[in-house]
Amino acid sequence: MESQTVVFYLISALTAFSALLAVTASQLFRSAIYLLFTLIGIAAIYFMLDQDFIAAVQIIVYVGGIVVLIIFSIFLTQDSGVEMRKSEWWRIAASGMAALSGFLLTALGLVEYNFVTQSDNLVTGGVKELGRALLSLNAGGYVLPFEMVGLLLLAAMIGCIVIAVKLKELPEGKENIQ
Amino acid sequence: MNQELLTPLLILSAFLFFTGVYGFVTRRNMISMLMSAELMLNSANINFVAFNKFLYPGKLDGMFFTLFIITIAAAEAALAIAIIIHVYRQTKSIDVKDADQLI
Repeated sequence: MESQTVVFYLISALTAFSALLAVTASQLFRSAIYLLFTLIGIAAIYFMLDQDFIAAVQIIVYVGGIVVLIIFSIFLTQDSGVEMRKSEWWRIAASGMAALSGFLLTALGLVEYNFVTQSDNLVTGGVKELGRALLSLNAGGYVLPFEMVGLLLLAAMIGCIVIAVKLKELPEGKENIQ
Repeated sequence: MNQELLTPLLILSAFLFFTGVYGFVTRRNMISMLMSAELMLNSANINFVAFNKFLYPGKLDGMFFTLFIITIAAAEAALAIAIIIHVYRQTKSIDVKDADQLI
């Protein structure tokens, strides 16, 4: 076996194991830390696929943004050391069986199916290529989705502020805007 | 990366997806459910990148789908956490059973 294959299987095992722990850990804070390891493992897989830019975005947005936000909200909403309430046993058994059978079915289908892979020297997916296509107005350009995503982020930001803002108690006689 | 690794990569992604499904159904805590949803989105991202890399190497569509999914997942996580904090202020709990009204 090549060394790259060995490294791939090691990273996959780490990612899968920490994903499993992230959904079964009894403390919420530990669960968030296992999710962090899963996301780092996925970024490592992107690095192995030579997609450096997507790996960097994955680390910046997920590891640096979303997981920090999740940990922040765990501290805001509950004690991090408290154990979570367990689900009923029938719910765990039923969903475990559903997830396991779904996974086995999918894996069987993937193993049976013969993918016709192409030779891999046409595109690199480097930052230069991605950036040119992202702002290109020609066919195959992505400038419209880019603008739409910018609008979506603005809307999400305003929505977050409106939902999570703490309203001040106003003096008598003044109506609150909301 | 070696091209025979496409199927193991897709199997890993399927594993992550069904782990997310399991967590989403069994967990009662809203933040855990959000984390499971993030796992599912990430497995879809792995599929997009793998298919683009190994099956259609001349194109960039899979990469762009992945980038936009990451962006939308960030917006979704921020909004979901805002809603969770709002619900926590109303009910002093983040259990899904306790969240039965919005205001």
